[in-house]
Amino acid sequence: MDEISTLLPPPPPADDAAPLIEFSKVSKSFGDKMVLDEVDLTIHEGHITSIIGKSGVGKSVLLKHVIGLLQPDKGEVRFRGKSLAAMNREERRALKREFAYMFQNNALFDSLTIFENVALPLTERTKLKESEIRELVTSKLVELEIGDVGGKYPSQISGGMQKRVALARALITGPRIVLFDEPTTGLDPIRKNAVLAMIAHYQKKFGFTAILVSHDIPDVFYISQRVAILEEQKVLFQGEPVELELIENEVVRQFVGSLEALKDELTGLETRQNIERRFAREMERFAAVDQPFAVMTFTVDNPEDVRVGLGHLATQRLVQRLSEFLARTLHPTDISARFSEYRILTLMPRTTLDQAQRVRERLARNLGGDDILRINSRAACFSFSLRCGLAQCRSGASLADLVDEAEHDVKPIAHFECHPKP
Amino acid sequence: MNNSNPTLTVPLTALGRSCIAFVSELGGVCIFTAQGLLHIFTPPIQFRKIVGQVSFIGVKSLFVIILVSLFTGMVLGLQGYYTLVKFGSEGLLGAAVALSLIRELGPVLTAIMVIGRAGSSMAAEIGIMRISEQIDALDTMDVNPVRYLVSPKLAAAFICFPLLTALYDVVGILGGYLTGVIMLGINSGIYFARIESSVEMVDVAGGFYKSFAFALVVAAISCYQGYFTHTRPGGFGAKGVSLATTSAVVLSCVVVLVVDYVMTSFLL
Repeated sequence: MDEISTLLPPPPPADDAAPLIEFSKVSKSFGDKMVLDEVDLTIHEGHITSIIGKSGVGKSVLLKHVIGLLQPDKGEVRFRGKSLAAMNREERRALKREFAYMFQNNALFDSLTIFENVALPLTERTKLKESEIRELVTSKLVELEIGDVGGKYPSQISGGMQKRVALARALITGPRIVLFDEPTTGLDPIRKNAVLAMIAHYQKKFGFTAILVSHDIPDVFYISQRVAILEEQKVLFQGEPVELELIENEVVRQFVGSLEALKDELTGLETRQNIERRFAREMERFAAVDQPFAVMTFTVDNPEDVRVGLGHLATQRLVQRLSEFLARTLHPTDISARFSEYRILTLMPRTTLDQAQRVRERLARNLGGDDILRINSRAACFSFSLRCGLAQCRSGASLADLVDEAEHDVKPIAHFECHPKP
Repeated sequence: MNNSNPTLTVPLTALGRSCIAFVSELGGVCIFTAQGLLHIFTPPIQFRKIVGQVSFIGVKSLFVIILVSLFTGMVLGLQGYYTLVKFGSEGLLGAAVALSLIRELGPVLTAIMVIGRAGSSMAAEIGIMRISEQIDALDTMDVNPVRYLVSPKLAAAFICFPLLTALYDVVGILGGYLTGVIMLGINSGIYFARIESSVEMVDVAGGFYKSFAFALVVAAISCYQGYFTHTRPGGFGAKGVSLATTSAVVLSCVVVLVVDYVMTSFLL
C-alpha cells in the first residue's frame, strides 16, 4: 500500500467536467438471463472510474459495451454526446484508436512471443520502422520489469508477468482511454499493489481516462476518483469513494465493510448490521410485551499493548478464541458481534440484569481456568485485561446508548500476563 | 381463436426455421469469404504472413502429398493394367492414369489431404483464439481480425492448392510408371507417348480450375468454422473448438466433392 499511498491523494473530481462516456438506460440479456437492466452510468474524462460488484453481475459486459464489443439490446451508449450506434465505420475506427483494453484473462496471443505481443498494435496500426518499434517495445518491457522475457511465449511466464505484458500491450500506443478488466485478479498482494500503483502512476503521467473493473475493495478506492457499484443488473451507486461511506444502503455498506465482514466470518461473530437488526426486534418486544433483555460488552482494556505485543494475526486469533468461548458458554439465543476492533457486544434476550450478572460471574470463573488467552508473544513482556460491562434495556435507548451504559457497570473478568519465551 | 393444426404447423415451423438458419449461415459464409478475399489486396499486403501460411499449408504438406500421390498412381497403374489387359489395350495405361489424376483424383485428393492437415488446424487455431478473446483483443486494437487471420490463409491456399495438385499429378503419373512399366513390363515409351497424345491443355486447365475452387472452399469453411466457434449452439470452450474442427473437416470434404461434381459436369 505504501507504493500506492505515495501517489495519493488523487485530484478531486471536477463535477462540471463534461461526461466522456454515458450509459443511458442500457439493457442487455443473454438468452433469458438479463445482465444489465436500464443501466445509467457516467464516465468523466481524465478520471479513474472503478466499477465494483460481485462476480458474475455483468461488470465485464458493461465494459465491453464501452468499446463496442457488445451492443445494447435497449438504450444507448454515448461517447462525447454521440451515440455509438449512430457512428459510421470510420468514426468507430477513429474511436477504437483512442481505446486500449486490458482483458480479464489477458488475451495474449499465445503463438507470438512476448515482444511480438506488445509490438503487435504498433506493427499493425502504425508505419513506424522496425528499429523504432523495437526501441519502444523494449523500453516499455523494461519499465514494467519484464525486459528479460521478451523472447518467451505467454505460456512460459507466470500469471503475474502475463498481467504486466497485457498492461504493456494496452499502454504501448499511448491510448486516451484504457479499460482494465480485473487487472489485479490472481496476483499476489505485492504485485497487486504494484499494478494498481502503476495504473495510478501512468494515469497521472499520461492523463488517460481509466475504467477499472475490480473486486479489490478497498484497494481500488485509493486510486479511483469515482466508483460505481453494479448489483442486480443496475448501477446501485456512482460517485466519489468518500461518498460511499455515507450511503445507508445495505448492499453498499456490505461492499464498504467487506473486509470486516470477512474477519467476522473468520471469528464466527455476527455482523454489526445483524445485531442492530436483532436489537430493533428485541426493543419492539420490550415495548409490546415488556420482555426484558440485557446487553453485555467485552472490552480489551489496553489494545495498543495487545497490538504491539501480539501482532495483527495473533490478535485476530484471540478474538476468534474468545468468540468460540462465548458461543460455548452463553445461551444459544444470545448473539455476539464485533462492535469495534477490540470490543465484542452480546445481546441476551429474555435476560434481566440480575441474571446477566450471574452469567458474568460464571464467565469470569470459566475464563480464569481456560487457556484461550494463552498465545505466544513475539515481543517484550506485556499484559492485558478483559472487562465485561452490563446494561439493562430501557425504552427509548439506542444500542449505542446501552453500550455506553454498560461501560459504567464494568468488572474485569480476565487478566493475562505474557512472558516471552527465553 | 387459433384454428391451426399443431401436427401440421410444428414440423412446418421447424422446417422454416431450419431453412432460414441455413440461408442465414450461407449468407454469413459468403460475406465472411468476400471480406477475406478483399483484404488480401488491401494495402499494405501482408507478405510475411502469406509466406508463413504458404510454408504451413504447402511446404509442410509436401511429404504427405508425395506419399499419397505415389501410392494413388501405383494402385491406378495396377488396377488399370489388369482391366486394360483383358481388352488387349494395356498400352493405354499411361493415358488412363494421367487423365484420372489430372482431371479428378489430383485436385480432389490434394484438397482432402490438405483439409486433414491444414484445414483442421486453421479451424482449431482460430477457434482457440476466439474462445480466449484473442480475436476480441485484435478488434479492440483496431486490427481487423478477418484481414489479420483469414486473408493470409486464403491467399496461401490459392498459391498452394494448384502447386500441390501439380505435384500430385506428376508423382501419381510416376507411381503408375512404377507399377505399369517397371513391375508389369509395359513399354516406357508407349506409357509416356499415350500420356502426351491423350492429355490436352483443357484437361490440365480443368484440374487447376478445380484446385482454385477447392482452395477457396477449404480455407473459407475452415476459417469460418473457427471464427464463429462461440456462436455454435451446445458447444463452449474446448468442446466448441473440437466441434468446429470436426465441422470444418466434414463440411469441407462434402463441399469439395459436391463442387467437384458440379464443375466436372460443366467442364466435360
